[in-house]
Amino acid sequence: MNKNIYELLGLAVALSFILALKGLSAPKTARRGNLIGAAGASLATIVVFFAPLGHDSTGVAKSHHNTILILAAIAIGVLVGVPAARKIQMTQMPQLVALFNGVGGGAAALVATAEYLNLGTGASTAEVVATVFTVIVGCTSFSGSVITFLKLQELMTTRPVVFPGGRFVIAATLAGVLGTGAWTISSGGNTPLLVMGGLALLFGVLFVLPVGGADVPIVISLLNAFTGLTVAASGYVLQSTLLIVAGTLVGASGTILTRKMAEAMGRSLFGTLFGAFTAKPQEASGAAETRSVKSGSPDDVAILLNYAQRVVIVPGFGLAVAQAQHTVRELADMLTAKGIDVAYGIHPVAGRMPGHMNVLLAEASVPYEQLVEMDEVNPTFPQTDVVLVVGANDVVNPAAKTTPGCPIYGMPILDVAEAGNVIFLKRSMRPGFAGIENELLYDAKTTLLFGDAKDSLTKVVSALKAL
Amino acid sequence: MTSISSMAILTIFALSIFVGFEVVSKVSTTLHTPLMSGANAIHGIILVGAIMVADGATNTLETTLAILAVLLATINMVGGFVVTDRMLEMFKGKPKTPKNQEAGK
Repeated sequence: MNKNIYELLGLAVALSFILALKGLSAPKTARRGNLIGAAGASLATIVVFFAPLGHDSTGVAKSHHNTILILAAIAIGVLVGVPAARKIQMTQMPQLVALFNGVGGGAAALVATAEYLNLGTGASTAEVVATVFTVIVGCTSFSGSVITFLKLQELMTTRPVVFPGGRFVIAATLAGVLGTGAWTISSGGNTPLLVMGGLALLFGVLFVLPVGGADVPIVISLLNAFTGLTVAASGYVLQSTLLIVAGTLVGASGTILTRKMAEAMGRSLFGTLFGAFTAKPQEASGAAETRSVKSGSPDDVAILLNYAQRVVIVPGFGLAVAQAQHTVRELADMLTAKGIDVAYGIHPVAGRMPGHMNVLLAEASVPYEQLVEMDEVNPTFPQTDVVLVVGANDVVNPAAKTTPGCPIYGMPILDVAEAGNVIFLKRSMRPGFAGIENELLYDAKTTLLFGDAKDSLTKVVSALKAL
Repeated sequence: MTSISSMAILTIFALSIFVGFEVVSKVSTTLHTPLMSGANAIHGIILVGAIMVADGATNTLETTLAILAVLLATINMVGGFVVTDRMLEMFKGKPKTPKNQEAGK
């Protein structure tokens, strides 16, 4: 293929990514934006097979290698990636994104390593520096993403894992990574790069372990931005403008997105990132467990709802896990039919990530107008008779306002305590994802209905029919 | 392959940073998750780099590493775009518009 045409196509792909990101930031254009990005990426993948190769140092024309192997690897990748993306439950989607990000980081590290071996002693210092950067950040992103996956999938504890002297271990590992990086740059050779890669993998694990469950989405977003930068750095080594532009775009937009997410969750980015260095082992709080709570029957709940003027439903991750979106909509429809004013109060981080709950409720075709964002719903709670909290906990926990130093302190919450009555549908007294006790559960105006969210809602619906 | 000058690379890099900042500066909270997922799919473009390296690989070790990279990058790119599309499919909001109407434009 003609070199100019090849580079023009590369430019078109880079522009498609800009349009994709632009489209993805507004609801109306989001889906089209994603499709534009996918089209651009497909084009780039096809075109690269026809790349002009030039000549090697001895003047012999280069030839294509391994085409069959490459196509086979792509086919396997599609066979793994597409079903995973199609079949995943919407509730488990954040961890899938984390995994996809991790394998991307791993791919960047492998690309840089292979090219480093290929260049051998012919690599310039700048190229070695870029390689070192890619391998360090790619490996960190890979192992860090695997840990976030394990946390979100609840295959390991969602609480911060902090061990005595942990910060020294992390600092030592980081020093080791940087030291072996400098060693690689000064001496070249394969052993230093290998040791460095291993240490970077370890660093990724240590970096994410002390992060609490509630902060995991921010870390995924940050690792995502990191992976973007590794792609840009490999683009430098491979002399590919497209990779430089695409990687930098993701790195820059990912950084902004990470900051916005942290803001929406009321978290300090610094605190999240350097939690590893500042976190203290958490003390088990046993004081609250003996106090009594008021638990009610489905009939009690139905009566409370039946005589209300205004009801706000606060959905949380528990609703999603129980697949209770449709039942909650049925209940809302019944209440609306009785002339009761019903709204859904959506916390920006309800679920596992910003915007996650909107996706889940949209799936159950809840009317968009009934979804009220936090800033709009909060002033209405004093006029609300009943708040029905379905499988949510941290986003309504007053500790975010009253307990300095607790993991969610400073996070904006839904002020459900302002309402006349609060009903919690919960599986158990177990604390929420962030692992903090909720004082509101012991409040006099609170009624608890224990059980799976869907079962409880079904019982409430039939109790309401019987009234 | 002719090499790009360092100055040109620096220029491209700096401009891309600003474009990256600018395009997402007005994103609404509800779209944070799909945007992250879409950006995640875009960095799957490392697939192109992986193919370039695999294409030029001459020994077994390089080939193995590069082919593994192709596999991982494909999962990242293809899976990323598909899962983002699934998320956004649910954002259509308006009741029962025929499928793919958005996509067909």
